[in-house]
Amino acid sequence: MASPEINKIEHLNADKLLAAERHENLTIFALSLPALIAVLVVIVIPVGWLFSLSFLDSSGQLSLVNYQKMIEYKSYARVFKTTFNVSILTTLLCILIGYPLAYFLSQIPRRYVGFFMLTVLLPFWTSLLVRTYAWLVMLQRNGLINNFAIDLGLWDTPLKLAHNLNGTLIGMVHIMLPFLILPLYAAMRRIDPHALQAAANLGATPVQAFWQIFVPLSLPGVVAGSLIVFVLCLGFYVTPAVLGGGRVILVSMQITAILEDQFNWGAASALGVVLLVLTFAALFLASRFLKLDEVMFGKR
Amino acid sequence: MSWWQKAASETQVTHRQRVWLYILATIIMFLLVIPTVIVIPMSFSESQYLEFPPREWSLRWYHEYLNTPRWVNATITSFKVATLTMLVATPFGTMAAYGLFVSGGRMSKMLFFTLMTPMIVPVILIAIGTFYVFGRIGLVNSIFGLVMAHTVLSVPIVMIIVTSALRTYDLNQERVAQSLGSTRIRAFFEITLPQLKFSIVTAALLAFLTSFDEVIISIFLSGGGNSTLTKQMFSALRDYIDPTIAAISTLMILLSTGLMLSLQILGGRGAR
Repeated sequence: MASPEINKIEHLNADKLLAAERHENLTIFALSLPALIAVLVVIVIPVGWLFSLSFLDSSGQLSLVNYQKMIEYKSYARVFKTTFNVSILTTLLCILIGYPLAYFLSQIPRRYVGFFMLTVLLPFWTSLLVRTYAWLVMLQRNGLINNFAIDLGLWDTPLKLAHNLNGTLIGMVHIMLPFLILPLYAAMRRIDPHALQAAANLGATPVQAFWQIFVPLSLPGVVAGSLIVFVLCLGFYVTPAVLGGGRVILVSMQITAILEDQFNWGAASALGVVLLVLTFAALFLASRFLKLDEVMFGKR
Repeated sequence: MSWWQKAASETQVTHRQRVWLYILATIIMFLLVIPTVIVIPMSFSESQYLEFPPREWSLRWYHEYLNTPRWVNATITSFKVATLTMLVATPFGTMAAYGLFVSGGRMSKMLFFTLMTPMIVPVILIAIGTFYVFGRIGLVNSIFGLVMAHTVLSVPIVMIIVTSALRTYDLNQERVAQSLGSTRIRAFFEITLPQLKFSIVTAALLAFLTSFDEVIISIFLSGGGNSTLTKQMFSALRDYIDPTIAAISTLMILLSTGLMLSLQILGGRGAR
């Protein structure tokens, strides 16, 4: 530990103490070395390698052909458009559904929150693959949803719910909801109740107080939560792959498709690089509105 | 005055005026929970097709699971990989969190962010990148490669939990121990570690679950005799709806819920 007092004191052993301290600081720093090496091997080198591959053509020459293709071919533009649309739609639906529940949780007495919060945490803990499978089963032609709706008379013939955009969106919203609700709830709890009391004292109706005081104060939570959802959606693979039935192609699925069909590492890497740049761009934009480390700590 | 006429908020809205919020919240909570647990009753169906509620109850799909070597082997692999990941990621993450927290300063902030990148970089990129690089050094389809990748995914989670525990911990206690003649290492193991115990156990279990539930990297890095359960499930899902997966899903829900509930109970006891 660097304590400035030591440096000031004229001590016979000042040099030795300083050296010992520096040595200790270095040792403590070295504690993070194993984790850093693991990140180097699993992230830095592989992603760096892909980065360099993306600038090579099929004969191994340096070129921008992989990026050129992305601009020229319409199929790429479609994939990016789908990814963007699905991510935005999922985020908006999550806000629409998640906000009322987060609001409810922030309004009830704290001693009851634990119980109701379990309804958010249970899906959060459960494997994403298991939940995707559950939706696949429920959205089938003769699945739970169709049978239920027909019994209620909502629709007459079974609707096609799985293996398309609807199914993908339903599944993704369900999986992403906890990521929105948890940071949003935390932000709502941080709102000073006196602000609402003051608004009521000054003659605001409850509705006015809600829209003019509560909602603006909860916005940092909305931004943090939707940023997490949006960024996770950009790289989402499992749920769209299973529930989209090949009709909803997101960037991550296009990457694997290129690898499986053409074994074209250059093209796949270029797509990956663009995905990474888009992710960082979203985070950078958001970091101008809020503290990034707050978002990251809210993440799990 | 009955409770529903009493004020429920700072703005004097009564519970009765809030009924719509309670109804809406209840609906949303059902929408969150039901799709998560619906496979549990379905897995006990006798039928080839998954139905709810099952017309005939049976353990047929559990027998099917236990008697198919492919599923059993994958389960063993997943447990192996998740346990090893937990055993590596927990010390790595705790060491890094402690080291960076104690040294402070700009440099450690930068290193902290570097170690958080696995949470930001899209997993698909990590998956194909490691597939490419590990393929050249013979680590594809090996337990070692998979554990290494899962460790990197789990370290940020361990670090976040341990760092937030360190924030509420008074590091001066270590200095007291040192001034009383203890070495720094001994001070850490005898003073700090026991007080971080609960957070570290939480972090370890989350590392285990992270690895056990991970899909994308497993699809690329595991294969042959070392396929993980999630990889087998994913490839089975794409072809047809196998009711065996409902049985496996039920067991996975029980595993994660069991782990997490025991943590909640432990945490509640620790707080008291």
